[in-house]
Amino acid sequence: MSDYKHIGKDFVPPDITGKVTGKAKYAEDFRVDGMVYARMYTSPMAHGRVTNIDTSAAEAMEGVVGILTAEDVPTPDAPSAAILTNTPAYIGDPILAVAAEDEKTAEDALASIRIDIEPLPFVTDPLDSLVSGGPDAREEGNVYVRSREGSGFRTVKWTKEQVDEFRAGRDPGGEYTNEWSYGDLEKGFADAKVVIEEAFVTIGYAHMSMEPRTAMAYWQNGTCYMHASCQSQTFFMPGLAAMLGVETKDVMLISENTGGGFGSKIGAYPIVGLPAYLSKKIGRPVQLRVTREQEYYMGSARVGFQGWIRMGFAADGRATAADVFIVEDIGPNATGGDASSAGGAISLVYDPEAMRFRGLPILTNTTPRGAQRGPGQNQIAAVMAPLMDKAAKQLGIDRLEIRRVNAVQNDTTVYADQEPVTSAYMDKALQQGAEMFDWETRKNQAKRNGSKVRGLGIGQGYHSAGTNGFDGLVRITPDGKIHLHSGVGNLGTYSFASTSRVAAEVLKCEWDDCVIHHGSTEANLPWNSYQAGSVSTFTQTRTNYVAAMDAVDKMKRIAAETLGGTPEDYDIDGQRVFRIGTPAQGMSYGAVAARAIQLGGAYSGQTWPDDIHEITQRSVQNLAGSGLIGVAKDNLERNGVIPGLACAFVEIELDLETGKYDILDYVGIADCGTVLHPQGLAQQMKGGAVWGMGMAGLERHVYDPKNGLPASVGFHECRIPTYMDVPSVTRSGAVDLPDPQNPVGARGIGEPAMGCSVAALTSAISDALDGHIFGRTPISADMIVNHVAGLDQSYMPLQTNNS
Amino acid sequence: MNPRLSRRRFIKAVIASSAAAAANAGITSAVAQDRPKGAVERLISLNINGRNRRVDVLPQETLAYTLRYKLGLTGTKIGCNRGECGACTVMIDGVTNYSCSTLTHSVRSRKVLTIEGLQSSDGTLHPVQQAFIDELSPQCGFCTPGQVMSAVALLEENPTPTREEVRQALSGNLCRCGAYDHYLNGVMRASGQSS
Repeated sequence: MSDYKHIGKDFVPPDITGKVTGKAKYAEDFRVDGMVYARMYTSPMAHGRVTNIDTSAAEAMEGVVGILTAEDVPTPDAPSAAILTNTPAYIGDPILAVAAEDEKTAEDALASIRIDIEPLPFVTDPLDSLVSGGPDAREEGNVYVRSREGSGFRTVKWTKEQVDEFRAGRDPGGEYTNEWSYGDLEKGFADAKVVIEEAFVTIGYAHMSMEPRTAMAYWQNGTCYMHASCQSQTFFMPGLAAMLGVETKDVMLISENTGGGFGSKIGAYPIVGLPAYLSKKIGRPVQLRVTREQEYYMGSARVGFQGWIRMGFAADGRATAADVFIVEDIGPNATGGDASSAGGAISLVYDPEAMRFRGLPILTNTTPRGAQRGPGQNQIAAVMAPLMDKAAKQLGIDRLEIRRVNAVQNDTTVYADQEPVTSAYMDKALQQGAEMFDWETRKNQAKRNGSKVRGLGIGQGYHSAGTNGFDGLVRITPDGKIHLHSGVGNLGTYSFASTSRVAAEVLKCEWDDCVIHHGSTEANLPWNSYQAGSVSTFTQTRTNYVAAMDAVDKMKRIAAETLGGTPEDYDIDGQRVFRIGTPAQGMSYGAVAARAIQLGGAYSGQTWPDDIHEITQRSVQNLAGSGLIGVAKDNLERNGVIPGLACAFVEIELDLETGKYDILDYVGIADCGTVLHPQGLAQQMKGGAVWGMGMAGLERHVYDPKNGLPASVGFHECRIPTYMDVPSVTRSGAVDLPDPQNPVGARGIGEPAMGCSVAALTSAISDALDGHIFGRTPISADMIVNHVAGLDQSYMPLQTNNS
Repeated sequence: MNPRLSRRRFIKAVIASSAAAAANAGITSAVAQDRPKGAVERLISLNINGRNRRVDVLPQETLAYTLRYKLGLTGTKIGCNRGECGACTVMIDGVTNYSCSTLTHSVRSRKVLTIEGLQSSDGTLHPVQQAFIDELSPQCGFCTPGQVMSAVALLEENPTPTREEVRQALSGNLCRCGAYDHYLNGVMRASGQSS
């Protein structure tokens, strides 16, 4: 693979200079003439019904331009989130917005508005709702099931005995709504030499992207111009258009830079529509500046788990059976699905011979949930690592060995339907990591030094890492420039640029002659995938590949038409198309582009393939006649699950007197196929490591169960890792073996990079404490001190969101 | 905790079955209370990036607000608006400050340096900026201007810091992407030391 010109090489992404000079513009950095400022009135109650709104005083205030209420915006059926609502289901749920000439006036106006709200029952901990007689988060029920057979509310209650059984770490035997299984579970447990049974809790927490989700909108001639903070670009547009009640062609989305998303800005989220509706109503541009505190209320959060697992292992460490039950906290808007994904991750990473998943999604009056970096996979990674360690200990085998015995490989089948994987080299990743970390030496070193104990951990992370069926678009202009159009979004991974380099690779051109177009509908972008789910690398390397192949094909045909012979007589190199055998006979890329314009038709975008998306079609139409157009839908083969995989090795030094620990060393290894962009991969592996360290020890949200008030609405209250919480140096590497279903062999990695980290940490903490399993994230210093002192913990078993 | 959402206020709202609360702390906290008119001169001169700028400043306006919304210097970011994240870091007389927590009127006779003031007039990047590019230090980039300013201030004081000293000096700048390792590499490179 060393003969690549661009793949596997570092480069300077076009957006990085703006980031270090402050010239990079984010949504809040835009101002237009006549712009006014919106501020939101958000619910002070965890659940209620608005009975009266009195805005008369606000309307009379000088500088107030308009007011938007739930009557002015679409009202989706519960439990879906609305832009504004009269039935708030969590504290911070937006009820009304005011637009004013300045933000202070908008704030003053809000203070003058009287809203009467009738309180309704609410709940913050799913188990409080599940127990017989407990409150429901929604009047329609306490459970919302999403399924292909039909989605809907349910009311599910367990007896107090069943809830107690669950809290005691046993199969609750209560009603559930989701189930899948494969293999013979009974036989699996019968074949097991060791059976491990554990209860677990993973507490949710906000995404906390550094950029709050500010948006600014205005309308011109029926088109909505939207400056928004979004992860995805073209994928964001149809949903945004639908929310605004217009056609996709009538949305102009500008989002060149986004200050992080991590799953919270994938598609058109409700609040992005607010300034657009307000602008339409008052006829002026509106900016809604979202505060950090509001980000905690409505910026979405990770789904929480309360669960139980039983797992069987044969004498050699092979997993024979896994039985998992997860109560999933889906917040007020029934957004989740993490639990089943967690089950899928168990089936893939640990490959039990038989497995059953049971799930129950419960609504709570807490912050809305959304996909967050490894939604489901990373919660369960944290749970599984110490469990695997416990099994290894009981079987008397090495902790690395039990992971290698069960490691997913090319012929492993996964999930309920036991699908194939495209490729998987977890065993190689584990070997490489063990070598880099020097596992064999370190595992035999002395553990205790006074009050300090060393702990070693191994973690594994997984997320499906690719999809297909999107479009690619490249263009060559008569000046010889190669234009790479990327519609994937830019949340900070540089993948919009690194995937575009595949087109440059196919076209065998110099990077300096390439121009990337991205970040705005006006840049004429193709229909690309969401920038999430670790899919960008696999998916957009394919779209760039097919578009560039189309351009190559057209160049050869133009050369044959112009210079004689057949297209097969021609090849490309040095930004020329030339006749094989007589390379002097040929045309430069610029000359071919000029000829493409003369010839018209498909060559220059006057016609296009039938199967491309309407967004790509419009872009091609806009570009028609400007050069040679390469455009195609990715119809390449794709069969099976595309796994993004990673493992991590960590050493901590834990102080038994304070409960605090330092992370002494961290090694993360990626199995993401061919390495596309080494520096970018290192960033993902190390950034993911930081995320895992935060989830393992720091991050959680807390609610006051008496009033439903969130207590974690600032960085100091839900602390993300700082420089001082993570090692000064983190190390990373990659297996770098190609995936056969990607033209350059690449798969994604963003989410597994975190899962392996949180798992390695929970494993290392358990190791430092003689194998004790907290079954809980985050593991705070208090919990460690209580455990060491033999004291009760401050929470009930399985208690969440308010402990 | 947002004072507007204090428990007392919440309970009051519940009792009255009515509320006038909003979860809006932060943005205008510094202009929440008006001072008597005429107490502070509003049209003032500020020395920003070596240039004198005349600007109309409200009495309780923060420097971050003035820079971003009055002077168009949007490189200074507001990530939290309450001194937690460091995205708004600027240098005032050579010392790093959170501009979201600095009143503009307090910097009238001082020299303010923002991210926009680092690049030479011929376009040459500051060594920290160049090193951050070479090491691919930023991810989403939103915290980057603050990271750059903290690093520049450190290197002016201590041209060859140890990696641990850099870690300490930058610890007031949060990065949600977790790009800390790459930022540290960048500062070490900018100081002429191998990372």
